[in-house]
Amino acid sequence: MTLRIYCLAVAAILALTQPQGGQAAERYITVASTTSTEASGLFRHLLPEFTKQSGIEVRVVAVGTGQALKLARSCDADVLFVHHKPSEERFVAEGFGVARHDVMYNDFVVVGPEADPAGIRGEADVAKALTAVAAAKAPFASRGDDSGTHKKERSLWTAAAIDVAAASGTWYRETGAGMGATLNTAAAMGAYALADRGTWLAFRNKAGMAVLSEGDRRLFNPYGVILVSEAKCPYTKSAPGQAFVDWLIAPAGQQAIAAFKLGGQQLFFPNAAAGGSRSRFISPLEGATPLA
Amino acid sequence: MDDFAGAFSAAFRLIATLDPGLAEIVGLSLRVSLVAVGLAALVGLPLGAALALLRFPGRRALTVAMNALMGMPPVVVGLIVYLLLSRAGPLGVLGLLFTPTAMIAAQFLLVVPIVAALARQVAEDLWAEYEEQLRSLGCAPGRAIPTLLWDGRFSLITAVLAGFGRASAEVGAVMIVGGNIDHVTRVMTTAIALETARGDLALALGLGVILMVLSLVINGAAFVLGETARAGAR
Repeated sequence: MTLRIYCLAVAAILALTQPQGGQAAERYITVASTTSTEASGLFRHLLPEFTKQSGIEVRVVAVGTGQALKLARSCDADVLFVHHKPSEERFVAEGFGVARHDVMYNDFVVVGPEADPAGIRGEADVAKALTAVAAAKAPFASRGDDSGTHKKERSLWTAAAIDVAAASGTWYRETGAGMGATLNTAAAMGAYALADRGTWLAFRNKAGMAVLSEGDRRLFNPYGVILVSEAKCPYTKSAPGQAFVDWLIAPAGQQAIAAFKLGGQQLFFPNAAAGGSRSRFISPLEGATPLA
Repeated sequence: MDDFAGAFSAAFRLIATLDPGLAEIVGLSLRVSLVAVGLAALVGLPLGAALALLRFPGRRALTVAMNALMGMPPVVVGLIVYLLLSRAGPLGVLGLLFTPTAMIAAQFLLVVPIVAALARQVAEDLWAEYEEQLRSLGCAPGRAIPTLLWDGRFSLITAVLAGFGRASAEVGAVMIVGGNIDHVTRVMTTAIALETARGDLALALGLGVILMVLSLVINGAAFVLGETARAGAR
């Protein structure tokens, strides 16, 4: 008797586990992407258009580029959409990815407190700007999470010939968090930080922070898209995954990316047509008054 | 201070306009946490009572372990479930990663120790009180488990509510195994984390206010039901 009631209760609760009705699209793909694309709102703008045209639902898991690559390596994603070209090329070379395609770019900016204790405002050479921050021992909030932005930041410190590992915990502070969380931290402690322009523009808690150094060609931030290889990951949904990749780099997707604006400002610049051969870094602010 | 004022106006606006996005997120939060807690109660309550009544080797070690597991960090549970459900993991063939089912599994693992440990305490106290009586009626400890659970049902509601509090408030586990996918696995806590990352602190706090109101309503309902039933039982 007791046992029967118990079994009925288990069955009743398990029935709740199944979603009511067939609300979710049968055809969906999982895309491992970066926090910058999610936090800026790009996907909220792009995905409905793609789904409307193709009938394929896109599920985005937004993590740091490092973690996104790990997800794809464990075959937990069908498509990778990240921003660290050397890692992406290694991913393809190791056979995990089918091919890497250029999709879009924007740039990184060095943000910091309006008071600018290190005096880097308007410094176009990012290595010099970072050297000034280190010399002033002004607080710098690093992602410290092996994301694309963090990888870029480390390469910039190397270019400036500064060993930040030695300063970790003093003026150099690794938050081990996403871009938004790191910007919140930087705003609260008056620290400098490296941010991608998309997240920065969409960020709502700027609290006395401003863009202080930008325009260096080393701050170029290209995004690539890769279909995970079926040879390594048999579960990969290759056909719908490839359809998404094709749409992103086709005129339809490229125009949708260019049309995404926040406060009248374009956040990402499509460059699939350039085939990655673009050698000159075009600053998104070119022609505009810098630091306006 | 602006953020605090903004939080309440954001919360009020979301509720007043019956924001469809919010309704979806709240619905999923409730579904995931209620199923996880329901299953955890069905496993944890008898398990806790058995730990209190039955005598078997390793019982004390198991009791201590169960108490210690109450403090298991959600992020660790999330990581364990992720490694199990990943395509590269032992249960990868099921394809459950980044689904509500994976989130239920993670919260279930988080809540079982809490329900079991609290139920063990309740059952132990009742057993101390009724052992002689039940034994004189020829009831062995194993057979006494359903009787004691029924007798202690009002105290056990608190144990289950504690489990629900833990499940609905945690973010670490559901973030890892759910992936915070819009319209699929986004729940209250992961939405709060996302809005915080976007720097929209007022909206994040507003969602927090709604989560607390929900928790208040559920706890209030359980309290009133318990009081009514208790009065009826007398």
